[in-house]
Amino acid sequence: MPDTLVALYVFVLSCFIGYWVIWGVTPSLHTPLVALTNAISGIIIVGALLVTGLESVGTAAEIFGFIAVLLASINVFGGFLVTNRMLAMFKKKDK
Amino acid sequence: MEISANTQSVAYLISAILFILALKGLTHPASARRGNYLGMAGMALAIFATLFGSEVQSYGFIVAGVAAGGLIGTVLAARVEMTAMPQLVAALHSFVGMAAVLVAIGTYLNHDAAGTLNPVMMGELSAGIIIGAITFSGSVVAFAKLQGLVSGAPVKFKGQHMLNGLLGIVTIALGIHFGMSESMTSLVLMTLLAFVLGFTLIIPIGGADMPVIISMLNSYSGWAAAATGFTLGNLLLIIVGALVGFSGAILSFIMCRAMNRSIINVVFGGFGSDSGGDVSAVGQAAQKGVKSASVDDAIYWMEDAGKVIIVPGYGMAVAQAQHALKEMMELLEERDVEVKFAIHPVAGRMPGHMNVLLAEADIPYDHVLEMDEINPEFPTSDVTLVVGANDVVNPAAKSDSSSPIYGMPILDASKSRQVYFLKRSMSPGYSGVDNLLFYQDNTSLIFGDAKDTIEGMVSALKGGGH
Repeated sequence: MPDTLVALYVFVLSCFIGYWVIWGVTPSLHTPLVALTNAISGIIIVGALLVTGLESVGTAAEIFGFIAVLLASINVFGGFLVTNRMLAMFKKKDK
Repeated sequence: MEISANTQSVAYLISAILFILALKGLTHPASARRGNYLGMAGMALAIFATLFGSEVQSYGFIVAGVAAGGLIGTVLAARVEMTAMPQLVAALHSFVGMAAVLVAIGTYLNHDAAGTLNPVMMGELSAGIIIGAITFSGSVVAFAKLQGLVSGAPVKFKGQHMLNGLLGIVTIALGIHFGMSESMTSLVLMTLLAFVLGFTLIIPIGGADMPVIISMLNSYSGWAAAATGFTLGNLLLIIVGALVGFSGAILSFIMCRAMNRSIINVVFGGFGSDSGGDVSAVGQAAQKGVKSASVDDAIYWMEDAGKVIIVPGYGMAVAQAQHALKEMMELLEERDVEVKFAIHPVAGRMPGHMNVLLAEADIPYDHVLEMDEINPEFPTSDVTLVVGANDVVNPAAKSDSSSPIYGMPILDASKSRQVYFLKRSMSPGYSGVDNLLFYQDNTSLIFGDAKDTIEGMVSALKGGGH
């Protein structure tokens, strides 16, 4: 099976996982969900690393890659930390 | 140290599982934080597996980028006000979009230099760039609207849909031309047009529809990551992109359902643009006028009530009234009054916006109920206090088929024994629709800033009430 088809298989099956998992999320946590998925979509940093870290990378690609790494890092750090901050506030009554 | 491609693939698989478990953690507030930590672990694993793989050979720019981005992200996350969460999320979405565009262009340049371009890859590249660029400029517009840099009102002009359609077609045509010719000019033009398209798609959408737009852009940012995964042949990016893409899509669906509108209607409709002069049930009710009440009137009913339900809306966020509400809740509970909060799915500017603000004020989450849970309780409540919400409690959605919000599921505040509306003025809600509930016999309006009013209630309760 060609690689592109494998990728398609993975993509479609992941869509199903996403569908089932997300419907389980409680509505009260929808804002943290958006923030968390935001952090997770920072996974684009992997692509940025691959572009930037190539040995024979040209200057233009290197600069594009650098900015992409920077932006994706803001997402990763900002996204996870702000999610954590929000989730820390959700408490049960225990006073 | 360098790890083999197989080790890297296994690491990516574990990382993908950690991300799925992270999302699964959000099923309940009790497991949510653990979920977030699993997500962090997944991300760290993915980054290290990439760095130690054979493809990454130069580290200078990478270290600099991660250090700078990490610092900015950490400061943003620590400093942002909870009320500004929608803006932060919009900004972060724009970064993912821009990163996807840059990665795609960088990949093109690298492969062009190595002479390894092929049509399939260029098609995937184009998809990544188009989705990424739309995500970027659309999120920038959403950010500007949420931050108040531009008006939140829908911006409409003639031929808007035609323009968007045309832009879309030309953008895709350029993408196809690029795929066949490897023309750099087509690539650049396509990228620029996609940026313009993101702008023109989001600019007509009004502030009240922001929960849908935030969810939609969330979804786009996922699809952008997935498209990048196809370009790079990276399965982890594809898996994660699909998860995020679906998450945003489902949220959009939930938000649209809560407004009884289709996504097409939200994206292309624009709310409250046509103010038809129909004299409907609301118009007739308006002839009766409204009753206004004082803080003391409301306290009189609330302090001896069995149950008080509070309906917060975007107005509560604007007035920052959540902390005062928490104090009032405690004072009422000391008097054995049951206090609950009723949340409509589209209250606020993003999904779950109200829940976060109430949590920020230390209001326990088991006091905060969703629409379906709380609606059966309104008939047994003595007082319903509406704080900065409007359309979500408008009974016209049920009774007035001529109303633009007809069919939208609402909170049944009208069934409460007494309804007190905290309002700044008589202006209608974001839909531009007058509220039938104002004119009901059991409804009174308390005019003024929501925070001042609640603080007035707090001091009245502290003073022993009546």
